[in-house]
Amino acid sequence: MATPAAPAGGARSGAGPEWGGFEENIQGGGSAVIDMENMDDTSGSSFEDMGELHQRLREEEVDADAAAADDEDGEFLGMKGFKGQLSRQVADQMWQAGKRQASRAFSLYANIDILRPYFDVEPDQVRSRLLESMIPIKMVNFPQKIAGELYGPLMLVFTLVAILLHGMKTSDTIIREGTLMGTAIGTCFGYWLGVSSFIYFLAYLCNAQITMLQMLALLGYGLFGHCIVLFITYNIHLHALFYLFWLLVGGLSTLRMVAVLVSRTVGPTQRLLLCGTLAALHMLFLLYLHFAYHKVVEGILDTLEGPNVPPMQRVPRDVPAVLPAARLPATVLNATAKALAASLQSH
Amino acid sequence: MRSRSREFDSSTLNESVQNTIMRDLKAVGKKFMHVLYPRKSNTLLRDWDLWGPLILCVTLALMLQRGSVDSEKDGGPQFAEVFVIVWFGAVTITLNSKLLGGNISFFQSLCVLGYCILPLTVAMLICRLVLLAEPGPINFMVRLFVVIVMFAWSIVASTAFLADSQPPNRKALAVYPVFLFYFVISWMILTFTPQ
Repeated sequence: MATPAAPAGGARSGAGPEWGGFEENIQGGGSAVIDMENMDDTSGSSFEDMGELHQRLREEEVDADAAAADDEDGEFLGMKGFKGQLSRQVADQMWQAGKRQASRAFSLYANIDILRPYFDVEPDQVRSRLLESMIPIKMVNFPQKIAGELYGPLMLVFTLVAILLHGMKTSDTIIREGTLMGTAIGTCFGYWLGVSSFIYFLAYLCNAQITMLQMLALLGYGLFGHCIVLFITYNIHLHALFYLFWLLVGGLSTLRMVAVLVSRTVGPTQRLLLCGTLAALHMLFLLYLHFAYHKVVEGILDTLEGPNVPPMQRVPRDVPAVLPAARLPATVLNATAKALAASLQSH
Repeated sequence: MRSRSREFDSSTLNESVQNTIMRDLKAVGKKFMHVLYPRKSNTLLRDWDLWGPLILCVTLALMLQRGSVDSEKDGGPQFAEVFVIVWFGAVTITLNSKLLGGNISFFQSLCVLGYCILPLTVAMLICRLVLLAEPGPINFMVRLFVVIVMFAWSIVASTAFLADSQPPNRKALAVYPVFLFYFVISWMILTFTPQ
């Protein structure tokens, strides 16, 4: 960017000190600390400055125009050159002022450096934490360490969203992706943020030693098990397989989270309350994603396609097509009974 | 939306609109060529602009709209959904790569991610043409193959441009969300059926 050049005429000399003072108040790029003492609030509205400058320049232009109108060819070119340079200077100043204001606002309100320490991870750290999230630790006598990072959990939530969408693709439901996308994103983020907050609130009630960040990280890594189970069972549609994975993989990741929470809570009642709630929510969420999510999909399919679609076009599925929510537990039990009966019969 | 310092001499301001548009279009076209034949170069980063991503995003969103038979669906939300997903996905990836310690500016990253949607837009065009033929498993396999190839192309192109800006041991962490982003867009393209 061109710095304010040697002014054409003495008119610009007044602008130097003001802009110079303004420049001192800009904080350095990329600093993580907002130095509030150095912020001069009055200089934040450079509108007055700009207004003043505009007024001054307009007066000068009027003078220059008047002078140009008076003068003849000999001096006309000189005036026009002056005006061109003037307009360039004005535009330059406006650009710089606007840019400064925008960067100040950005650095004040969108300071992402606050989140930077939570993303300070290496790939092998992420890998080891993913694997550890499936291994429950037996020692509950002293508080277990929870890594407070947000990269892994965030990526796992996005992966879960992608797997949910993929599941709809393999089940050949072609409907408005927009609604499904919103539902998928809302479900996954809602679970991660909402259940974390709820369990943090319970932990506060039960005097557990855990911070919100640690809770977010713990639950986020707990979704790794969900991702694995859903990825496999969306491609292999077997109910028995799903229940096996639900118990094994889902159970392992739940046990891990429960063990960590138990190690950080004192008192049997508190432990039971906290860990029971978390275990129930975690396992039920996986169940919900597998069954009721298909129901949501089917429900949207029905409302959009209407009764005109002949049943031949539907892909045959295990889950009954339309199901009111109240009958879901009964249907789940029926499906369980059927699966068990089928497996028993085959032996 | 140019990154170079503006030449404020009167020649640029006084030139005809056609000249300006042609100059911008040529810059966009040059970047398209860089995306189609990706090799490590700084062009996309040095002279970033957001016209190309906007053109691609609007084209993709328009093509992903289906002419609805049902009077309730007016196709409007689909355009908005694609638009929002592309731009918010790009913003999220950019924030992620910045938080991981990358030294790339916000708009440069948006520019690269937007331009690398070009192969997927081409895939959308091809899918639309293929869908004019009769539907069937072969139809689906052809579309699947095309989308997978273009998806890989997008990832390779964006990695070629973005990888240098990350610390060397964290490239995988920065590339993974890009993978998810293009996966979701590919999913939208593959499951598209005009009705």
